[in-house]
Amino acid sequence: MTAIVRVSNLDKYFGRDHILKDLSFEVKPAEVICIIGPSGAGKSTLLRCINFLEVPDCGEIEVDGVVVETPGGGKAYRRGIHNLRLKTGMVFQHFNLFPHMTSLENVIEGPVQVKGIKKAEALQIGMHNLEKVGLADKRDEYPSRLSGGQQQRVAIARAISMQPQVMLFDEPTSSLDPELIGEVVDAMQQLVEEGMTMLIATHNMVFTRQFSHRIMFMDAGRFAEIGTPVQLFENPKDERTRTFLSAFASSHNR
Amino acid sequence: MNTSPTTSGESQAERIYQRQQRQNVRFKRGVRMSWAVLLALLLFAFSGVNFNILGLQIRTIALDFDFMRKSTPYIFGGVRWTILLSTLSVALASVLALLGALGRMSKFPPAYALSTFYVSLIRGTPLYLQIIFFFLALPQMGVQLSGLWAGVVALGLNYGAYMTEIMRAGIGSVPIGQREAALAIGMKRAQIMRRVVLPQAFQVVIPPIGNQFIAMLKDTALVSVTGFVHEILWNAQQVGRQNFRSLEALLVAALFYWIITIIFEIIQSRVEVRLSKGKRQ
Repeated sequence: MTAIVRVSNLDKYFGRDHILKDLSFEVKPAEVICIIGPSGAGKSTLLRCINFLEVPDCGEIEVDGVVVETPGGGKAYRRGIHNLRLKTGMVFQHFNLFPHMTSLENVIEGPVQVKGIKKAEALQIGMHNLEKVGLADKRDEYPSRLSGGQQQRVAIARAISMQPQVMLFDEPTSSLDPELIGEVVDAMQQLVEEGMTMLIATHNMVFTRQFSHRIMFMDAGRFAEIGTPVQLFENPKDERTRTFLSAFASSHNR
Repeated sequence: MNTSPTTSGESQAERIYQRQQRQNVRFKRGVRMSWAVLLALLLFAFSGVNFNILGLQIRTIALDFDFMRKSTPYIFGGVRWTILLSTLSVALASVLALLGALGRMSKFPPAYALSTFYVSLIRGTPLYLQIIFFFLALPQMGVQLSGLWAGVVALGLNYGAYMTEIMRAGIGSVPIGQREAALAIGMKRAQIMRRVVLPQAFQVVIPPIGNQFIAMLKDTALVSVTGFVHEILWNAQQVGRQNFRSLEALLVAALFYWIITIIFEIIQSRVEVRLSKGKRQ
């Protein structure tokens, strides 16, 4: 099957630091990819380059037929970036819900303001997605009255209400208390089962092992190793992967 | 000690709660009473009563109450000018502050420069000078402004400069993640400003901006220098000088300013509550 996401020769610098080094990869429809690796490896930056929250310094991004090449400029380039953002949904480590809007208002903001969908219809979509993440009863609550896990589930509902082709998760469970991780993982699992294409930067090895089809292990701006969960967890080829995963195993040993 | 643990626990919680409530009530009552005493002292100072206590001669200020009563309607006639001046100036200042703040955050060099230049120039010169300038100096350049409009332009420009800084800080206080979340769902820059950033920035800037409004309300008195805006202070000076009763006239004017300020403060706290959507209580 042809790829839904194609990243080619991606380079990103922060000042003089070379953060992403000539990365190329493809993602197939309905594929779930976890990006793991030590802090500072470039996992988040990679995700943020795909929807241009960070503008890559060099390379080409393609999502579901929308191609944007950087460096670029002009109207077509800006429209391309806008279309990339419509094709992708993003979930952030710190949720980033709009605090002055209720759960439901957060969820329908994109459909109404960006897609121009009629409010009545948007409310239906919104409620459907809040139900999906189990928060229909919190529709009128402001984010400050929700737990971290609930906020992240609203954030997932907000993202999928734009009906994206690909979901980007930037460490979705990293700022949650341990007892709240499960409810967010459940919501993500539902998306996996529905066949959503997902790219997930994460430190959650349980989730990674259980749900990913492929794992990309990043270190210092490059992919050190790419493989299935079985390959990476049972038989890591690269020395860095081995060290990283064994450090995890020892810190999580039971 | 032979009561069951739950009931004694509950009654203890209740007792502590009641005690906290009582402390709260006592504090508020104390503040109200102290205010009343201060107000009484102030009134007493102007009561005109003289007496001797323990060999100490106490003399208070005697006022011509009859004159005050007669001149109050005339001075009150200035209230609508004061309010008109401050409303128009506040409107102009708010628009300038928003534009100034946007310019200050712009990546377009002329916009950024214009904003910083404006703030620097206006903050670097006295408001009093600016008012006189717009009234007396502009005609020399062929622009004739009435006293009212000279005042509005000067006050609006002046307060707009200070409020630019407040607006900038308010917009800057909205976390970057808010913009990113809005970008990620495909919102455009103007939409993000209007729907996401400004509503949150306003929550932050309402108290300091309200403070500016209150300050401006009283700076409208400076416009009396033009002699053509018959606001509170101008009227008070007029009637006071004519009757050699400046003390009384100025006290009446001061009282009007004070009352309007208090009304403003009440409105401000209402607005704050209205805008605090989503804030943790």
